[in-house]
Amino acid sequence: MKAAVVVFPGSNCDRDLAVAFEQAGFEVSMVWHKDSQLPEGVDIVGVPGGFSYGDYLRCGAIAAQSPICKAVVAHAERGGYALGVCNGFQILTETGVLPGALLRNAGLKYICKTIALSVATSDSAFTQGYTAGDVIGVPIAHHDGNYYADDATVQALKDQDRIAFTYVDNPNGSVADIAGILSENRRVLGMMPHPERAADEGHGGTDGVAMFRALSGLLTAA
Amino acid sequence: MKARVHVMLKNGVLDPQGEAVRHALGALGFDKVEGVRQGKVIDLELAEGATEADVTEMCEKLLANTVIESYSVEIQ
Repeated sequence: MKAAVVVFPGSNCDRDLAVAFEQAGFEVSMVWHKDSQLPEGVDIVGVPGGFSYGDYLRCGAIAAQSPICKAVVAHAERGGYALGVCNGFQILTETGVLPGALLRNAGLKYICKTIALSVATSDSAFTQGYTAGDVIGVPIAHHDGNYYADDATVQALKDQDRIAFTYVDNPNGSVADIAGILSENRRVLGMMPHPERAADEGHGGTDGVAMFRALSGLLTAA
Repeated sequence: MKARVHVMLKNGVLDPQGEAVRHALGALGFDKVEGVRQGKVIDLELAEGATEADVTEMCEKLLANTVIESYSVEIQ
């Protein structure tokens, strides 16, 4: 069971994400943004948080055009799994793999704190270790986490049970309190909160561990 | 050839930065400002033979995120 974590200039959660995958039993390889291929046999790609390319133009816009992102999009289109966290979520929306976009926080401030996150569906490889309605503590650390999609898209996300997580107390103005969404085939998850920063006792919380364990269990069985 | 691209958040998309500027103008006593929208201007220096259609394609692929932004192209 193999995970690949993409490293862009400006990524800063790549190693945390790799450790979270490793602790759940994945063999992890790091892939550089200039690589044009993912390693052979990768089951899941992690697109980490950070400030890829200095957030120039728009968060994630330049990263979305990088050679490795073309490979990530192709992997997702083949039905491969991908997890985009924070800047990784912004990048996945910029590539079009996930719908919508992340705008500047409504309060204009960068917010870094642990928030209460409600699990909106347990029907995905990422969230099957939780029960819908569970409230977990996961850190957020972003300036542009205000999820926006037009009304029709939000309705489709609701109708298809593709909202994975919602904020209990919306910190950034996201439409419908959305903190994380799934792709149509439920194999790509993008979320602003950082499950990899709630994956070790030393982090002050381990509520993110269930995500990596569930992924590992599912991909081992496959 | 030069082109100037204007990128603005679409109508209906909340612009918190524009709102903050509006409040600040109000605080300075400019009480006739009813709305502020903030956008970007991108100037392109283009080689001979480039067309407006090329610039439009650049906007669609990179310069604007058409989920949230609209753009206009001015050829100079």
